[in-house]
Amino acid sequence: MEKLIKFKIDGVEYNAKENETVLDVCKKNDIFIPTFCHDDRFASEAACRMCLVETSNSNKLMTSCTLIPTEGVEIQTNSDIVLEARQEVLKLTWASHPNDCVVCEADGNCKLQDYMYYYDIPSEKEYNIEVRDFEIDDSNKFFYIDPSKCILCGKCINVCDQLVGVGALSFNERGKDTYVSFAFNKGMDFSTCVSCGNCVSVCPTGALVEKSHTKFRTKETRKVRTTCPYCGVGCQFNLVLKGDTVVRVDPINTTPNEGLLCIKGKFAYRYINHPNRLKSPLIKKNGVFYEATWEEAYTLIVNKISQAKKTYGSSAFAGLTSAKCTNEENYLFQKFMRIIFGTNNIDHCARLCHASTVTGLATTLGSGAMTNSISEVKNHDVIFVIGSNTTETHPVIGSFMRQAKKSGAKIIVAEPRKIDLAKEADLFVQIKPGTNVALLNGMMNVIYNENLYDKEFIRKRTENFDDFIKVVKQYPPERCAKICGCSVDGIIEAARIYAAGEKAGIYYAMGITQHSNGTNHVKSIANLAMLTGNIGKESSGINPLRGQNNVQGACDVGGLPDVYPGYQKVHLPEVKAKFEKAWGVKLSDEIGHSLLSHITHGAKDHSIKFLYIMGENPIVSDPDITNVKEALNNMNFIVVQDIFLTETAQYADVVLPASSYAEKDGTFTNTERRVQRIRKALDPIGDSKPDWVIIQELMTLLGYPQHFNHPSEIMDEIASLSPIYAGINYDRIDKIGLQWPVHNKNHPGTKYLHKDKFSRGLGLFTPIEYLGAKELPDDEYPLTLTTGRVLYHFHTRTMTGKCTRINELVPNNFIEINQITAKKYKLDDMEEVIIKSRRGETTAEVHITDIIGDNIIFMPFHFADGANMLTNVVLDETCDIPELKVAACEIVKKS
Amino acid sequence: MNHLKEIDLKQFGIIIDRFKDIKGPLIPILHEAENLYGYIPIEIQNLISQKLKISNAEINGVASFYTMFHTEPTGKYQIGICTGTTCHLNGSSKLLKHLEQSLDIKEGETTSDGQFTIIPVKCIGNCDVGPNITVDGRVHNNMNIKKLDKIIEDLSKR
Repeated sequence: MEKLIKFKIDGVEYNAKENETVLDVCKKNDIFIPTFCHDDRFASEAACRMCLVETSNSNKLMTSCTLIPTEGVEIQTNSDIVLEARQEVLKLTWASHPNDCVVCEADGNCKLQDYMYYYDIPSEKEYNIEVRDFEIDDSNKFFYIDPSKCILCGKCINVCDQLVGVGALSFNERGKDTYVSFAFNKGMDFSTCVSCGNCVSVCPTGALVEKSHTKFRTKETRKVRTTCPYCGVGCQFNLVLKGDTVVRVDPINTTPNEGLLCIKGKFAYRYINHPNRLKSPLIKKNGVFYEATWEEAYTLIVNKISQAKKTYGSSAFAGLTSAKCTNEENYLFQKFMRIIFGTNNIDHCARLCHASTVTGLATTLGSGAMTNSISEVKNHDVIFVIGSNTTETHPVIGSFMRQAKKSGAKIIVAEPRKIDLAKEADLFVQIKPGTNVALLNGMMNVIYNENLYDKEFIRKRTENFDDFIKVVKQYPPERCAKICGCSVDGIIEAARIYAAGEKAGIYYAMGITQHSNGTNHVKSIANLAMLTGNIGKESSGINPLRGQNNVQGACDVGGLPDVYPGYQKVHLPEVKAKFEKAWGVKLSDEIGHSLLSHITHGAKDHSIKFLYIMGENPIVSDPDITNVKEALNNMNFIVVQDIFLTETAQYADVVLPASSYAEKDGTFTNTERRVQRIRKALDPIGDSKPDWVIIQELMTLLGYPQHFNHPSEIMDEIASLSPIYAGINYDRIDKIGLQWPVHNKNHPGTKYLHKDKFSRGLGLFTPIEYLGAKELPDDEYPLTLTTGRVLYHFHTRTMTGKCTRINELVPNNFIEINQITAKKYKLDDMEEVIIKSRRGETTAEVHITDIIGDNIIFMPFHFADGANMLTNVVLDETCDIPELKVAACEIVKKS
Repeated sequence: MNHLKEIDLKQFGIIIDRFKDIKGPLIPILHEAENLYGYIPIEIQNLISQKLKISNAEINGVASFYTMFHTEPTGKYQIGICTGTTCHLNGSSKLLKHLEQSLDIKEGETTSDGQFTIIPVKCIGNCDVGPNITVDGRVHNNMNIKKLDKIIEDLSKR
């Protein structure tokens, strides 16, 4: 039994748990205590002195944020002496504070202003001391620092250092001259700042303020809670709106982001109200788009579908659903395809990112998703990051990794580039692109030979160990180091550190999955975790980080050619019968075509004639763009439904304007399998409609009436058909969402997977040989191209590209290249060059860096006609994921 | 003190390594930098940041907090006028004012020719023979305006 301490606050008895402060107890019981510097997320510094209380066992006032109550003590939070002390703190703070509330940006959103009002402090200054007078630092593009309005609470510094793990801010000078600044007070240039804006979110006054594009007063605004539309972390925030314009984003201190955001979540929201948003349907006539009414557009689509169905049959249709749309929309879309078109030709960009995870983990463990929760990241004792640039692609999870390191966890990073996390890691192993399997086999060889493996776990919970270990024995670290281009010691040390972990977590992303044998890379990861028994426990497991806000959900609800919602196989008769009964139609049991094999690369056999695309941009995201363009040109009819006229929409015959996430209700499923709400904050822009409304209206026109009044009703249908979502409804997920599997309406959801038993029963060890990439450098194309993302942009820039200041940070396509390789090609920094591969060519700025190996270049895939003009479309045989991570290329100087 | 000594990151890296494993290595390393360069150059602060895995903002915060560390280059000669209580009563404030006027800089600043910096000095425990001044760390006692002018004149001629 936990020991409780009984004590009194303002005459009423309360209990405190061990280590709970008086402030903690007050907060829990809604007793008001003013604070400036306190934040639940980091240790109290008792700097601001606002939280003073009177105690019966001391004659001086104590700061309640650090006061641990003793048995029987009596606390006064509201006595005259306490009030007087707080008033004094406020008077002193106010004395040096500029009196400009009437024009201050923080008016109405300022704790100093509020407390001055509550504690009846007159605006006339009682103490005659110098008012703070510092220069404003506006070197950051998204916010400015006005040290004159700073009350030196230090929250911004603590958030940046302790929570985000960046440490870009610090106090400078001392005494009354103290001010907060970036390093050396030289602005952003010498700073490690990543513009996440978490300092701005916690500032209690107007010292750190977003550079606003709209004039607004707090009293004119309203807030709507929703889920971030960028990466798979699924951060919770409030959209702050003036009228129908989003003017700010405020993080919420809750699951999963604990009040943190990254630059995209915090500042990249202006695309919502962007003037280029599609506002009415467009119909292409003689190569030119004309605005049309919904009726005209629907009539055209319905006619074309009927014609195509008659002429070519069901197999000529294909649909791309969207990892950006809600679960309800994806569900309805796959229903639309399977019922109206009679085809299972449904896919989306999950094919490009984690198709190999789904197949690799489903075969070895039984389900292809993150086994741990985001809240477990901080409690690992070892974190092994391989093929993920976590701090840029999943910044908030990256911050939690840094927090884990601060509390003693060891971090191992294996990557072709010395990414930010690698610089802070305990061990960095720099490997050549595409050599993961060799590294993992080498590590497992060491773990086996040094007897560091978990025999009991292997005996009780796994199968096929003997076949697997035979192959591992052929991979001594010396052999692997040669393949990976790293040191033997690196492999040995990585093995020892990982194996020593009691609560070790593996984090991976596209660096593991996007290979022509990506499924093997994933299975190799599963081997490593099972060998050491590091799976099926809290803070111990395998964690594929999903890239888009709802890529997990789009897969979960059946946006794939081989499965119905809940990963129920389309070719199984009992599954087919179940859905035929539920939907009242005949369905196809033929597995559909996947994204690349026939749809966006169908140029060769022209089997797809009619393509329906909802919120996808294959003309930028798919490999070998030249071929994708040819495939789209060969289609008879293309419908694109999107929020902007994207590069892909240009190829459409009809474009339907969709509403953004801020204009509709629904759910996203984040990377930790958590189904979370998004909420309508403004009316659809122009004549746009939410995707689910468009699909529902078309289904009704095409003879299968759908009359959902609200997305919650669609979720009820999903729950009735998909066992992993069975217990989900909007009431239950209103506050913090639920993590699937949720077996029934009373099930609490699943924090981590494979506890006691793997989803498939026994974990399957797989012998994996190192195969290497399909296209290796040769005389003609002597360099290796690898691709990835940057912090500032998202996917194909459809959204971040509309945010001017984000674009200013990374305006052009670029390559990263090291000095030795750059010298060989006589390249200067920032020079524009042509990069060629067997597929095509593109131009890029040269960024010379020391983070990448010889003869390797890195290019982000965000830019149209950029990296994917070069990438290789060779597919993994099991899951059709393309080898986006390795291609041979050559640099040609522009002269 | 080595005026305008070239910054050698490799050499200073070795110095950092010497202190790396002691408890609280930052202050002693900053002292080494101050002694070597007369101030703590940004390049050196960044190097310390990388090697100790402490953010450069925090290092700059520490360096700017203590008056014995300088974050800007200082002059060839560092003159400090003690403004402790006893020296103050013995007229050191007048000496400081005089020095500021004759060098045309304020306390903490460096002359444009890079020759002199007036550094802030509090009590140095030599009160019985005050007012005291320090020249590159050496104490000169029983100071007056005439003697001060002579010291500056001699240093300028060197």
